[in-house]
Amino acid sequence: MKKVKQIHVFKPNFDLLSEELVFIILDLISPNPSDLKSFSLTCKCFYHLESKHRTSLKPLRSDYLPRILTRYRHTADLDLTLCPRVSDYALSVLASLSGPTLRSLDLSRSRSFSAAGLLRLALKCPHLLAIDLSNATDMRDADAAVVAEATSLESLKLGRCKMLTDMAIGCIAVGCKKLTSVCLKWCVGVGDLGVGLLAVKCLHIRTLDLSYLPITGKCLHDILKLQHLEELLLEGCFGVDDDSLKSLRHDCKSLKKLNASSCQNLTQRGLTTLLSGAGCLQRLDIAHCSSVISLDFTSSLKKVSTLQSIRLDGCSVTSDGLKAIGTLCNSLKEVSLSKCVTVTDEGLSSLVMKLKDLRKLDITCCRKLSGVSITQIANSCPLLVSLKMESCSLVSREAFWLIGQKCRLLEELDLTDNEIDDEGLKSISSCLSLSSLKLGICLNITDKGLSYVGMCCPNLRELDLYRSVGITDIGISSIAQGCIHLETINVSYCQDITDKSLVSLSKCSLLQIFESRGCPNITSKGLAAIAVRCKRLAKLDLKKCPSINDSGLLALAHFSQNLKQINVSDTAVTDVGMLSLANIGCLQNIAVVNSRGLSASGVAAALLGCGGLRKAKLHASLRTVLPVSLILHLEARGCTFLWKDNTLQAELDPKYWKLQLEDVVP
Amino acid sequence: METEDDLCQQTNWGSSSSKLQEQGSSDGGGNQAFSGFTSEQKWEEASILDYEMDGVEPDLQVFDEMKASGEENVQANVDFLQGVRAQAWDPSTMLSNLSFMEQKIHELQELVHLLVGRGEQVQGCQDELAAQQQQQLITTDLTSIIIQLISTAGSLLPSVKHNMSTAPGPYTGQPGSAMFPCAREANNVASQSQNNNNCGAQEFDLPKAVVVDERESHVVEEHEMKDEDDAEEGENLPPGSYEILQLEKEEILAPHTHFCTICGKGFKRDANLRMHMRGHGDEYKTAAALAKPNKESIPGSEPMLIKRYSCPFLGCKRNKEHRKFQPLKTILCVKNHYKRTHCDKSFTCSRCHTKKFSVIADLKTHEKHCGKNKWLCSCGTTFSRKDKLFGHIALFQGHTPAIPIEETKPSASSSTQRENSEGGNNNQGMVGFNLGSPSNANQETAQFGMMDGNISFEDSFSPMNFETCSFGGFHDFPRLMFDDSDSSFQTLIANTCGFSSPRNVGESVLDTSI
Repeated sequence: MKKVKQIHVFKPNFDLLSEELVFIILDLISPNPSDLKSFSLTCKCFYHLESKHRTSLKPLRSDYLPRILTRYRHTADLDLTLCPRVSDYALSVLASLSGPTLRSLDLSRSRSFSAAGLLRLALKCPHLLAIDLSNATDMRDADAAVVAEATSLESLKLGRCKMLTDMAIGCIAVGCKKLTSVCLKWCVGVGDLGVGLLAVKCLHIRTLDLSYLPITGKCLHDILKLQHLEELLLEGCFGVDDDSLKSLRHDCKSLKKLNASSCQNLTQRGLTTLLSGAGCLQRLDIAHCSSVISLDFTSSLKKVSTLQSIRLDGCSVTSDGLKAIGTLCNSLKEVSLSKCVTVTDEGLSSLVMKLKDLRKLDITCCRKLSGVSITQIANSCPLLVSLKMESCSLVSREAFWLIGQKCRLLEELDLTDNEIDDEGLKSISSCLSLSSLKLGICLNITDKGLSYVGMCCPNLRELDLYRSVGITDIGISSIAQGCIHLETINVSYCQDITDKSLVSLSKCSLLQIFESRGCPNITSKGLAAIAVRCKRLAKLDLKKCPSINDSGLLALAHFSQNLKQINVSDTAVTDVGMLSLANIGCLQNIAVVNSRGLSASGVAAALLGCGGLRKAKLHASLRTVLPVSLILHLEARGCTFLWKDNTLQAELDPKYWKLQLEDVVP
Repeated sequence: METEDDLCQQTNWGSSSSKLQEQGSSDGGGNQAFSGFTSEQKWEEASILDYEMDGVEPDLQVFDEMKASGEENVQANVDFLQGVRAQAWDPSTMLSNLSFMEQKIHELQELVHLLVGRGEQVQGCQDELAAQQQQQLITTDLTSIIIQLISTAGSLLPSVKHNMSTAPGPYTGQPGSAMFPCAREANNVASQSQNNNNCGAQEFDLPKAVVVDERESHVVEEHEMKDEDDAEEGENLPPGSYEILQLEKEEILAPHTHFCTICGKGFKRDANLRMHMRGHGDEYKTAAALAKPNKESIPGSEPMLIKRYSCPFLGCKRNKEHRKFQPLKTILCVKNHYKRTHCDKSFTCSRCHTKKFSVIADLKTHEKHCGKNKWLCSCGTTFSRKDKLFGHIALFQGHTPAIPIEETKPSASSSTQRENSEGGNNNQGMVGFNLGSPSNANQETAQFGMMDGNISFEDSFSPMNFETCSFGGFHDFPRLMFDDSDSSFQTLIANTCGFSSPRNVGESVLDTSI
């Protein structure tokens, strides 16, 4: 920003600078929206150049659309997810102003448009390639059929359009011949006929999401004949069973990704036929499979030996099965065994021994695993990038030393609820490229261990210290000093955290998510420090921080213009603080339960003031106090209410909380 | 002729046959008797009644003897006849047939001469046994010659008949009115006479032989059918294992089919007639009289032949003269078939006022579903089942499912706009298809371009046709093909694609050529 101004001072005539060069400069500064804003405010010339350069927009309100689109004439990608209400008028304005240039449009979070608006859009935007109409739960066949007019459409998302039937899909299939990517997830009214017709008419389909559709194996016969099909998602299709796949003979060489998770009626026999022709399959997801992954079952994987990723989450897995998988598919790079409670040390060791190339491993909640497995993993998978091992409580603290020594390439490490200690953290801090570290409920770690991480991992972006009660301000400040790229930090229930931590964290200017639930020592002063310096702050959780009051919110309202979500339940916030939040344009979620200083009229005014509000979590007593017309008005604007009536509970002793948890889970 | 009159009276079949026997044995006038036989109009009826007569035991000795002697020749005859039948109308074969007959008549004459000469000789010899033997020998010869004569004479006709049946226009002539139209009927006579034989005391093995011959002739016919690749639904009974009956038009259309022989009251069901008969006297109250007639057959007796029915409409596929004859199973089938195919459709649907039916049951079935054809295509076709609509859309380029108007409140303008933009071509194309179904053809051309015609195609687009019929490269046709919806295209569809249901094929050809 400063540079630009300097140039402006020394070289006032920018006509000499070619447009292309300015565009390259703009490309480089575009990651930070405030820089772009400063640029365009510099002078008329820059203003025009910037409006010429920008092609993607994400407006806050649909009311602004006419002005925005008049300014940005070259808009190709329009994301309206922040506009809960997009009327037909807005769509027709949109179509007439940027019809020829528009390529993609996201209406997945918007409502209150109908067939008329969509038709205008379809007719006036000849180059529209992608449209997202997900979550239009009240959209009927007639409305959706209009989409068929957009003949150039390549990508269509209709997730959760529950009212749609085969008729609408039939119309779209006939009209939009160029479709390459279709998502029909949760369109529970669409069956075999619609999907079958789609496969017959749209021959260029590459990605097809049919999750949770009431389809049977019948339509798969047509689908697997598609020449270019690469990705097929059949999650939760209970109708797909062995019998309907019996006669399936296919040769779908293009298929790369198959998701057959939660297909309860698909067993080894059906899966074998499904995989028989998919010789080039790379990613397979059979999570929550109903059958046991045994030696027998793995025989169905014979045809897909080039598999690179397999997900077996929630399956019951035997040691033999894992061993066979390791032997059959030894080029696997990603394995997920999350919540496979039957996995044993023997099985996992025999699997990872074969997989020298493994990059990602998820063994979340595999409670039977001990240090033996971790040692084996560390020894045989030096290329490991991601390791998720939440709640592997049998793993001894010595095992973590080995991870740090052997797996130096680790970027993502989830050690939630483990026995790791400061020595382990010291070892892990040698993974220099670590970007995400989760240390929630690790009661053995202290500031000392955390300081190793702060010193050695400059790329850390995400740190989770939820209920790691050994952490104090010293540990946090060392992190804030070392990890300047930090974007997310969670210090919930770390009761020793004070304003000092917040002040030191305010150095991390990229901070977006800050969660400090249940930290009684945090006050508005610390919050103000973060608000002032962390301009990108988007999500804030201050629940059960009783010292937070209006002055903190006033600072937020003034400085954090990017805040989208805030939780100020059980704080000392009053009407003034709430009203000030209305100043934040893009605020979408507000949760205020049990804040005694609030009056009904104050909440009403605040809710009215926040134009972009989508979710409001309020105390149930307000439901009767607030005028019905106000609630209706807000609901019409696209806001949903969540009424809570729980009272403040006394915070338990953290150590005791852990003990209680262990009692429940034997 | 005397015999003819007798036969027409139906009930005194036994006596008529005995007369026949007298004539046949007395002199060469047997020929005459047979010609009278064949011109019998209600032949089938006569045979039906024939079964029911148990008490009559006509003396058919000579007739049987004739048959017995003809045994060796029958085979040759049948072969010869088949050869004749297989050929189309040909004057040269006709001529050869005539000369053949001439030759046979000469032979007959010589035989009679011989007989006269022998008679004197026999008187001289005084040897009764030898005389009997000789007489038998001569009658055998005679019989074989007569049978050959009859069959040849009969074979002269069918070739003419085939030509007539293919000619357009209603042909209401009675098939039975001609002389034995084909070999099968000639054999029919034989099989029927065989039934009479069984009633009689004398036992001969020959009837079986005759049945075998009949079967063979049918086998040949079946091969013909298969050659033409006519895969029709049908029970595929081995030919000859059933007996063909043909009811008169009046009988088919009559409201009642069972009449009381005493008071003349008509009944729809035989069971009701039997119940009625009880009122006429105690003799009808016995268990035997009340039981089903068919069930009466004694276990020891020969099993009855299955009955199959022929439609009296000449040129109809269900008519026994048809080359690919498909018999009808029951009298009810005959009635429904005749009404549906050869009668006016007098019952109109009270809901749509467009669909007409000739069988009231069809009307009732239709009315149940009328207006429920909610699956609509952009071309105007409606379907009662969604999968049929999707099959239709998958098949044709440019057709889309049409969402019902009730639902299209906001986008009604859009859908009409779309139809205007591309509907025109489809319309024309579809008019072409419509002509495939004869009943709608005229109506549809009148409604040319109207989208809301809502004509149901369920009949003409029968599900079976959709699945089994290969459309070849039909949906690869360029749009132009749809545009010029002239008669050539229509007939192409009607003939090759089998759009119309089989029973309409003949008619649809006629319609499209108009």
